[in-house]
Amino acid sequence: MKSFSPTLVEVVDLSHSYGEREVLQGLNLSIDRGEVFALIGPTGAGKTTLLRIIDLLEVPGAGEIYFDGKCIPRSGKQRLEIRRRMSFIHQKPQVFNLSVYDNVACGLRWRGEGKDKTAEKVDHILEMVGLEGYKNRNARTLSGGEVQRVALARALVLEPEVLLLDEPTANLDPVSTAKIEQLISYVARQHNTTMIMATHDMSQGQKLADRIGVLLDGRLVQTGNATDIFRSPQNEEVAHFVGMENIIEGVIIANNEGIATVNIGGNALQAVSNYPVGKEVYACIRPEDITLSLSSTQSSARNSFQAKVTRVTTLGPLSRVEINCGFRLIALVTKISAEELNLQVDREVYATFKATGVHIMEKGISQ
Amino acid sequence: MTEIWHGLTKAIELLISLDPEVMEITGRSLRISGTSCLLASLICLPLGSLIHSHHFRGKRALINIIQTLFSVPTVVVGLFVFVLFSRAGPLGELGIFFTPTVMVIGQMILITPLLLGLTISALSGVSKEIVDTATSLGASGFQTVWLVLREARYAVLAAVIMGFGRAISEVGCALMVGGNIKGATRIITTAISLESSKGELELAMALGIILLFLALIINIALNRLQQR
Repeated sequence: MKSFSPTLVEVVDLSHSYGEREVLQGLNLSIDRGEVFALIGPTGAGKTTLLRIIDLLEVPGAGEIYFDGKCIPRSGKQRLEIRRRMSFIHQKPQVFNLSVYDNVACGLRWRGEGKDKTAEKVDHILEMVGLEGYKNRNARTLSGGEVQRVALARALVLEPEVLLLDEPTANLDPVSTAKIEQLISYVARQHNTTMIMATHDMSQGQKLADRIGVLLDGRLVQTGNATDIFRSPQNEEVAHFVGMENIIEGVIIANNEGIATVNIGGNALQAVSNYPVGKEVYACIRPEDITLSLSSTQSSARNSFQAKVTRVTTLGPLSRVEINCGFRLIALVTKISAEELNLQVDREVYATFKATGVHIMEKGISQ
Repeated sequence: MTEIWHGLTKAIELLISLDPEVMEITGRSLRISGTSCLLASLICLPLGSLIHSHHFRGKRALINIIQTLFSVPTVVVGLFVFVLFSRAGPLGELGIFFTPTVMVIGQMILITPLLLGLTISALSGVSKEIVDTATSLGASGFQTVWLVLREARYAVLAAVIMGFGRAISEVGCALMVGGNIKGATRIITTAISLESSKGELELAMALGIILLFLALIINIALNRLQQR
């Protein structure tokens, strides 16, 4: 199937509501052939609804879906034909009360694939997901991780042009998660399958996707590559969602060739930004970009503040340290360095971070 | 008490000796009820799937009516079939009154609501997620319906067995439209009714025990099937 346009799936002005509740509002999105796209957003943001509409399980309240350049009708036989070029792995996948083999073979049989060809393909895919010994087991007797692999096998055996994944690793243990992620990226690379994946796990999006879209409250707030989204969120909501724990209000008081000085309650902070003097902004600093030390060391970092520790919390191998340096900052340091620095409440420390580690965004553009 | 005891011994005697008349009556009962249950299933399973998978106005009311008809008296069905098929009735020309054929028709009418209602509720037990999964995997409307029927197979089978049970145990309709003719339309239940009124309690009880025995065999077979 040759096509001149790189776009495979396109969503135009899509809106949808369940009763009174608007789930998606004026959404536009286009996804290229072979692209891995991650939709990130909190639970209830509309990710599942968007995937269901793209899979043609639901007819949107308003807007159009284009697949491979063709506008998809709101009813009729063509929807089945298009749907058969996609696979959708639902959140909490359900297996049929049949053997593992029959579960995986279903889609091929429905497409009229011959018996021998089906057997060959199913055997191959079961081996790939590591379930070759489970062929004759009833799928209802499998564990959660195994069910997820059956769901993956069942979708992949169809060699879809588009694979839709809804929280593919939610509720799985870390080992199963790693296995599933490995399979997903293997398929994306080997078969050049276009993927649209919904996840609330930002690191998963970062790991697997070429491009990320942030869906908040039914609106696609920002799309871009991982660096764009994580380093330069477009507004406060996105910043919060991607783990920018430090979002501080301030005003630009000077700008010297792209290095802006921001006044934060009497403290001057330097950041890379082109906003003019007088602009009200938010300064965002990722907590892992802040270094803590006991003396004001000389370094290339432009920002160094004397501060007092107000709270220390342990998060596995990391320590989350809240400090007060005229304004509140949160820093993430390894647990070992927290012990070395003897970080505890009222301890005097220096917080240091680079001007490039500060992302400045305009205040009040969150819709 | 002695009558019950005699009934039991007589039943065992009849069973062991494979009494030709008892065997003939039992065989006819199984044939007529089996046929009516099979034919009713052929109608009710697809029709039930159709009703289940479509949304239309009055669906709830329709299901309520079907469920009400679960308890339709067998003699009312008998009366209805009588009116239709007796010599003077609109279908009297067919000349099937007082034959096993009309008994099959009567039992089909009797158990259709039960089979239909239980099929619909069996299919309702299949989650919407299963339907969505099938649709996502590329099943057409018909393929989805077939899969849902397979997912609910044990509950559907139980519905069929219930239908068979009601058919083989009813007496009112069979008596009214079959006529309890010896060697032609006499079945276990009509025979019990006749023998009791003649005072032949032992034979009546023996036939009753055979009927229960049949039910037991069917249930064991069903349980085996469900555990597979």
